[in-house]
This record gives sequence, C-alpha cells and structure tokens, in this order.
Amino acid sequence: MPPPRSSKLRYMSDHATPLKHLSSASDSDLLPEIAGLIVEALNLDVAPGSIDPDKPLYGEGLGLDSIDILEIALVVSKRYGVQLRADSAENGGIFGSLRRLVAYIGAHRTR
Amino acid sequence: MLAYRRGQPIRAGQFLADVAQGVSALGSASHVLNVCADRYLFAVGFAACLLSGKVSLLPPTHTAEVIRQLSEFAPDVVCLTDAPDCDIDLPHVALTLDATMGRVATPAVPQIDAARAAAFVFTSGSTGTPVPHRKTWSSLTADVREAPARLGLGARPCAIVATVPPQHMYGLENSILVALLNGHALCAERPFYPADIAAVLAGVPRPRVLVSTPVHLRTLMGSGVELPPLDLVISATAPLAVQLALEVEARCDCELLEIYGTTETGQIASRRPTAGAEWRLWPGVVLSKRGEETWVLGGHVEEPKRLYDVLELTGKDTFMLQGRIADLVNIAGKRSSLAYLNHQLNSIPGVLDGAFFHADEPDGERADVARVGACAVAPGLDATGLMAQLRQRIDPVFLPRPLLLVERLPRNSTGKLLQAALRALATPQPKTTRVK
Repeated sequence: MPPPRSSKLRYMSDHATPLKHLSSASDSDLLPEIAGLIVEALNLDVAPGSIDPDKPLYGEGLGLDSIDILEIALVVSKRYGVQLRADSAENGGIFGSLRRLVAYIGAHRTR
Repeated sequence: MLAYRRGQPIRAGQFLADVAQGVSALGSASHVLNVCADRYLFAVGFAACLLSGKVSLLPPTHTAEVIRQLSEFAPDVVCLTDAPDCDIDLPHVALTLDATMGRVATPAVPQIDAARAAAFVFTSGSTGTPVPHRKTWSSLTADVREAPARLGLGARPCAIVATVPPQHMYGLENSILVALLNGHALCAERPFYPADIAAVLAGVPRPRVLVSTPVHLRTLMGSGVELPPLDLVISATAPLAVQLALEVEARCDCELLEIYGTTETGQIASRRPTAGAEWRLWPGVVLSKRGEETWVLGGHVEEPKRLYDVLELTGKDTFMLQGRIADLVNIAGKRSSLAYLNHQLNSIPGVLDGAFFHADEPDGERADVARVGACAVAPGLDATGLMAQLRQRIDPVFLPRPLLLVERLPRNSTGKLLQAALRALATPQPKTTRVK
C-alpha cells in the first residue's frame, strides 16, 4: 500500500532512534500517540491534537479512505504487533472513531 | 468447482439454480448496476443479466453525482445489492443466498450470443459526464480466453482469490470471467487486510492464484503475515516496482505476472517484471502511433481505442511503458483526469475558479498512490463545506490533499496554469535561497 503521498513520508520503523517503550501505557497515553502516528503515516495537514477522538476516521470525519485505512493497518501491525481483520474491524467498528481504534489496539497489542 | 464461499465449495448446478433465482428477482429492468460485494453473488447477478438479456452497468465510482448520471443514461436501471443498508439512490433489488439454495440436476452450459451487449463500462471522461464503452460478450471474453496461454492458468483448475472488486474491468476479467470461462473457481470473499488475505488463501485448496494490485501487495509484504504456498500472483492497475515483485516471488514461492489493460480495451499485454521490463501484447492486438498518441486495435479490441499512457513500441508485439500522460490521474488503480476533477470543482456553486494538481512530482517512487491537491477561489465557502460538496461528486481517493482556498490562482502571463506553480502553493517556501 501506499504510503501516502509524499516522499517525505517515513515509516515509524525507519526512525533512527529507538521508540519509547510503551507496554505500560494506558489508553489515555495511547490516544495522542496513535493520533500522531496517523498524521505522520498519512502526511495529513492537521495537528494530531485537533482530531476529534469521537468522530469517524473515514468519510465525513477525518476524511480517510480505504487506502489510508490499509496504511494505518500496516503501521499498526509494525508498531504494536496487531494484525487487523475485517470481522474485528466491522464488529467493533474500530475505525468508527480514534477512541475505538485506540481501545482495540490497547487490548490486542503484543508490543 | 465453480466457487468457494466461506470455505464451502459451490458447483455449477447450484450456481445455475442461483442464477435462475437472480433472473426472476431482477424482473423487467433492462439495465442493472450490480454492486454486490460478495463476489459469488456478483457473479450470480452478472450471469442472470447475461441469460435474461439485461445489460450490466459498470461506472468508475458510486458517488451521488455518478448515480444520478447513470439513471439519466438508463432510466430503468436498478441496483442489485447484497447490502441491507445500501444507500445508492436507485430502485433496489436484493440478492441474498438464503433464498437461493436450489440445484439444477443436470446443468448445461448456457450459450450466450457473442454479438450482444453484455455491459457498458464507464470511464470518467473529461467533461463531467461518464463516457460509456459498450462491451459485447465477445469483446469481454476474447482476451480472457487467452489467459491459459498468457498467464499459465490452464492445466489445473485453480482457486482464484482477489483483493480487487469485480465491478471494474480488471476484477471482472480476472476474478469472474476467467473462472467462469476457463473452469477455475472464484472465491466469494474480497479480503482487505493482510491477515484476511492470508486467511482466505489458506481456506482454499491449491493451486491458488492471488489477483491483486501494487497497493495491496505492498501492504501484504510489509505486514509480515505468513502466507500459505501460492501458485501464481497477478498484479495490475499500476506498474509494480521490481523490488516489490522480487519480494512477492520470494515470499510466495511462485511467479508474479503483471497485466496491462484499460477500461476501454480490456487486457492487452502482460509481463513478468522480474524477467524484464518489456510488455508482450495479446495475440492479434496491434499498437500504432498517431503523433504522440498510442492507439490499439485488433484481437479482441473491435474498434480503435486510444491509450492514455506514454508507450514506446519496441517490436511487433512488444512495448515499454514510459509513464502517464500529464492529464491522467491514477490513484490505487482508480483512473480520472485533471480535466474531469477541475470540471467537478468548478461546477460547485460559489467556486469562481479552481484547479487540481498532482501533489507529487510525476513518476515518483509512490506514483501509484500519489494524491492530488486543489486550489480554489471561493470567497463565500470554507474548506469543510467545499470538501463536503466535492465528496458528492468525486471518488474519495481523488478528494484533494491539500485543498487550498486562495485569492487567485497562479496563472502565468498567458493565463495558463502550470502544475509546478500550483504545487508550489502547497509547498512551504524554502527559507534560504540557493546561491550559484
């Protein structure tokens, strides 16, 4: 998939410095972290803090489309070891909002 | 075996019984927009149209504006759907399998008139109205009948798993028609996430074929999910980087073949990117140059069609792909043009002037998913309202990033808008000036 739009884009895994260890982070710490991850991965022109955690991430909300969702899934699998599945995504509506995505990752992360 | 659905095999007898149910469900409408997400149900609906003299309509997208235009093109069009919450603004015909569990005892292969119109496939055009391309049954199927020879899909019945929808030419040909015509089995699921792709593949017997795109293959490789052994991977919609092709072949332990085709022509060439960059044409297909333009005719291409890529002809039946023409926009396999997008933007009440641009340099590393941006002069509108209006008109992948509201567009002294000037508006100005 597609890393978005510009060659400026880097994956989190490309960073030279080690990532902060996060296994003890609670959802409230995860929320800004994942908001930042989304903005960086998709090269969005918004501040991570300005994403409404209760609005849909796709369509009318943040305006993401299926290409973006695949990209987020890839970043999430690399960073947290969570492989998203369509049935889990639908049943939980995890892209229904940033808060739901964060809760799902918090519950299923392996790293 | 004709299909696999949720791991269960479906034989021709059940398929034909389901098709008969589809025929009666569709009633008297003569045009059908088949939006079934379940690939088996799509095949049932498509075959029901073929057997009852109906024409399938395949538009490039399902925005409200395109649906309105479709119903102008064919006022009796109905929407065949398997989604209870389908919000397409047309009369609905529901297709579910719960009502269709019969079986034809002694199935006979239906005969279909080669010259009849099977479908209208639409391109977005440049004037705001989708352009219909009439597909006879023979023009739709002649290239697919070459699949055994050109793609090695012949000797043994394969199970075909596709990550692309059947509603566009590539998916229709390579996940529906190739199965129905050549004795392979289609898989009803359309897996999206890498873990889903791996699970659907593992749920069907070998030989397994994966029909996909550079976008999906890149994610699949990047995710690190474990894949069962595959026997062939097919990619189309955008050129695949050689490095990714090598990785796919190594991880899947099989060949990766690329198909080159267009909505207008169907598939006309193939190559194995790890063996060379040159494309080889389908039998009978001939390319010719008209000035800078490349045209195609022959084989299954019944009328001359223009190609919207820059091609270098290297031999009687070979060519190299040099890139896209400047106006073309191709994002993740969806095709549009700057002219079409500009028309939509400038049709919005309150927009005085507006233009789309390629947000990245053309032919960059991520050319297959490089987005478009837009500038607009619209004093009474804000970006959110303008975006909401655009969403009604154009496919989400073409929504501009960024969307800039400006006082005037950067036209040059002759009134022309240069892509570079538009792109510069979206790029932060460098802080230092280069000194010679």
